[in-house]
Parts: sequence; C-alpha cells; structure tokens
Amino acid sequence: MKTARFWQIAVFLAPAVLIYSLFSALPLLDTLRLGFYSISDAGVHSFVGLDNYRTILFDSDWSQAFWNAMLNNLKFFCMHMALQNPIGLLLATLFSLKGLRGARTYRTLIFLPTLLSVVIIGFIWQLIISPLWGVGEKLMGLVGLGNYFAPWLGQESTALVTLSLISVWQYVGIPMMLIYAALLAVPDEILEAAHAEGASAMRIFWQIKLPLIWPTLGLVTILTFVANFNAFDLIYSVKGALAGPNYSSDLLGTFFYRTFFGYQAQIGSPTMGAAVATLMFLVILAGVGGYFYLVQRKLTRYAL
Amino acid sequence: MSSSSITSLPLRPSLVQRSFGPAGHIWVHLVLCLYAVIALFPIALILINSVKTREAIFDNPMALPTADSFSLIGFHKVLSNTNFLLYFSNSLVVTLASLVLIVLFGAMAGWALSEYKFRGNRVMTLFMAIGIMIPIRLGTVSILQLVVALDLINTRTALILVYTAQGLPLAVMILSEFIRQIPTELKDAARCDGVGEFRIFFQVILPLIRPAIATVAVFTMIPAWNDLWFPLILAPGEQTRTVTLGVQQFIGQYATDWNSVLAALSLAVIPVLILYMLFSRQLIRGLTSGAVK
Repeated sequence: MKTARFWQIAVFLAPAVLIYSLFSALPLLDTLRLGFYSISDAGVHSFVGLDNYRTILFDSDWSQAFWNAMLNNLKFFCMHMALQNPIGLLLATLFSLKGLRGARTYRTLIFLPTLLSVVIIGFIWQLIISPLWGVGEKLMGLVGLGNYFAPWLGQESTALVTLSLISVWQYVGIPMMLIYAALLAVPDEILEAAHAEGASAMRIFWQIKLPLIWPTLGLVTILTFVANFNAFDLIYSVKGALAGPNYSSDLLGTFFYRTFFGYQAQIGSPTMGAAVATLMFLVILAGVGGYFYLVQRKLTRYAL
Repeated sequence: MSSSSITSLPLRPSLVQRSFGPAGHIWVHLVLCLYAVIALFPIALILINSVKTREAIFDNPMALPTADSFSLIGFHKVLSNTNFLLYFSNSLVVTLASLVLIVLFGAMAGWALSEYKFRGNRVMTLFMAIGIMIPIRLGTVSILQLVVALDLINTRTALILVYTAQGLPLAVMILSEFIRQIPTELKDAARCDGVGEFRIFFQVILPLIRPAIATVAVFTMIPAWNDLWFPLILAPGEQTRTVTLGVQQFIGQYATDWNSVLAALSLAVIPVLILYMLFSRQLIRGLTSGAVK
C-alpha cells in the first residue's frame, strides 16, 4: 500500500462516498430517527419516544397486522429454504458433474426466469393458474390431478404458499449459480484422489463437496433471508397493496408500504412507516449479525 | 471417519456410483430436461399466446398459432395505448447511466481503498460494505423526502442516483478486490516515470478493469431494470415510467383484455430474452466469477 496526499485520496473516494451516504446510509439513519417522531396534520414533527413502536407492537389493530405480516414472512422464508436452496443445490451439483454434455445449455435455460422482473413472473403465473384461462387445470388433468385444481391465489389458505412457490420457481437460479461457482472451485485433485480411492459419487458429494461449500450455503441462506424479508414486488403486483385475500399474503414489505402510503380509510404516515422500516431493519440486522457471528466462530474453530 | 469404513469402501460396489457413471447420465439429463421444461414452459406459453386471437387463446392455449388464429391485436393495443417505447428507453437510460456511474465511482473508491494507506481506510471499507447487506429500501421514507426536497420527484435522475447508491457497495468490493490483483510493477513503472496518481488510475488501471465490469453489470443492472419499488414511489409519472412499472400499471388497467395483457408481458420479456441470447455467456461468467471470489 502506498501513501498519498490526503486530497488525492479524497478525490478518489468522494463521488462514491457522497452518493452512497446521501442516498443510502443517511436515509437509513434518518429513517431510524424518524421512527421516534410523530407528524401532525400541519406537518410538524414532535418527538414521541417509543410510542410508534408501542402502537405497532401492542395496539390490537396494529399488532395483529404486524405479527401477521411477520409470520407470513417467516413462512415465505421457510418455503425458500426448504425448496429454493435444495433445488438450487441439486441442479448445481448435476451441472458440475464431470463430462456432462450440454451442461452449459441447461444452465443457460434454467437461469432465464431469474433474469426477468418478478412483476412479469408474477403476472405470468397469475394467468397460468387462473381458473378463467384453465391452462393450469388442463395441465394438471394431463397428469391425472385435475380434480385437485383450485383458485390458489384467491384462497386465504393457499395464497401465500402459491406466491412462495412462484418466487421459488423464479429465484432458484441464484443459489444454483452461487453453489455452481463454489463447486467449480473445488480442486480437481481432491475429487480425483477420492475417485481413485473408490469413493462413490454420492459419497464424494456428501463428504467432500458439501463440507467445502458450506460457506457458500451460509451465504445463500443469508442472501435469501435478506431478500425475503425485503420482498414486496411480487405480492404488490399479484395481490396489490392489500395483500389479499384478507391479508393472508401480507409480508413486511407490503405492510411497510401500506403504513407509509396509507390504504382505504387509513391515512399514510411517514413516521409510522419509518417505525415499520426500523423493525424490518432490526430483523435483517439480527439475521446478518447472526450470520457473521456464526461465520466468525466457524472460522476461528477451523483456525485452531 | 474410522479406518474400517475406508478399507471397506472398495469392497462395496456402490449402486449410486453406477447410477452416476456414464450410463447414469441419462438420469441426470432426465432431471435437468424436466426442470428446464418447468423453467421455460410458462414463459413460452405467454409468448405463444400473445400472437393469437382471443378465441384461440381460450379454446386451445397450448396450440401454436396457425394462419387462422394468428393475431397481433394485443401488441397493437399495447403500443397504441401506452408509451411502451418511452418506458423502454427510460429503463435503458436509468440502468445504463447507473452502471456507468457505479463502475466509474466504484473503481475510483476501490482504487483508493486498496491502493493507499490512510487513517480511516478500514472504517471507510466497512462503511461501504454495510450497504451490501442492508437493503436500501429500508430508507425509503427519508429517500422520498430527500428526493422531494431536491425537486427530483418524477425524474430519471432520482432513480439513477438511488440505483447508483444501491449498486456501489458491492461494486466497490468487487472492483477493489480486482484492482488488488493488478501487478504492482505496472503502477510502479508508471510512478518511476513520474506519472501522477490520477493519470495512473485513469490511463493504466481503469482500462484494465474491463473483465470485472461484466460482474458488476450483472449485479447492478438486473436489480435496477427489474425494480418496481423505486419507480413506483419516486417516478410514477407517465414520462419517467420504466418498463417494469409501465407493464404493472398497464396490466392493472387492462386486466380483462387478455390479448393486451399477454402482449404487454411479451414486450417486457422479449428484449431481455434477446439480450440474454447475445450475452448469456458473459453474464454467467460474470455471475460465477463474482461469486467465487
């Protein structure tokens, strides 16, 4: 590393730091601050301490909506962990098998949905499983499941699961690519040595590849967590800001949006919105903090 | 593992091994083909039906368009009822401008953080890194206030600045990692010749980071192009609408007109599809090399 004049370093850093501070870091801090304020109809801010949080967490109307969104968000995350990441792992493992023909073609094709906007994907699936069009029903009929077809997006009991599956279907490409990259980085010598020793492909996978890609699986988990607890676009475009039916597909993102901008009779409030955003921030911070804590501990254990 | 299990290994001709041997690849292909169909079928179905008449869409959604059932009425309606080309150029301007700013400013900051020793270097690196994990959306309340105060509401500039702020943290990390790998001799040779630090950066370093641009582009352009949140909140006006928001609003309005809905979706998909066909190799390389790190 070189030392340079202060102003030279400052000039190199200034544009990035300024834009990032002004449009990302400071707004976040300011949002945390705003959560402690309340705004009157005249637009006057007044400090109210923890009142906003008390309202969200303990006022019966608010807390019910908040915990509903939180619980839904947890389910949404669990669906991704249970399906998106294992499927991504399976696909990545299959791509990285030695001598598989057409691996690149498969990879390219399967990654395509991930590239498209979640808004577009939401609408596409909405059409396909729409009872009006009947394509979904027809397709299920082909495999003998026609009787099980239902308007999944319209039922309280199935809307969230259906939306989760749509999201899983779209984003499977991300864990797939991250894990694939990690598998490519596994040294060939190790695999060849294991192969020469007569280890089966399954055994190589479970005992060599998997332990070596644990860090990537950890990264995939935290990325999924952050993305899921920040999700909004899919629910908003398919179910609107009300996340129906009867809020059954409400996530923290849509709850935040409604709180901030208002809906129906409820008037939006920037300060209440800021309080919701702060709670989301705390959830994400807890996840990220936990991740780094575990990663650090794991690393020091290895180092010993 | 105990030694006994190792010695017993060769004696156990594993079923799994055989199923994953050369013949076993049939199963692998079967699984991958099946999944490729699951991944592509919904998109293909939309594209196919977007060029069919309303009757054909409902009577036989799975059939390819024939001379009888072929119709471009949906596209006609979308293009005459919306400024789709304007939306498209808005998206293009916003994502490309963000990318240019992210690469340029990200490389400058990455260079400063990886090349120079100065007080606060670590703190600054950490400060930038926070933005990788904490979503910028959480600051929306204040971002909106700021954008209103700067009189940038309903401008593409607002979106460009926000996406630049969103993309910079990861770009700084990727680019400083990349710049660190540039051989020191290159810089030292220039320094011996008395070349200033700015010329070293702009004439030696900046041209060398081209391979890393693909990676940065993948991670910054795709989220910006596909975003609904910020266009909805910061630039919902007709003149500044992006494709994602434009399609979302259009479909909300014309939900019952299947021809139009299918055409609008296809119009959003087709440009991305074409770009993906052209650049899929670079894109996937960018994605995987950025991840290996």
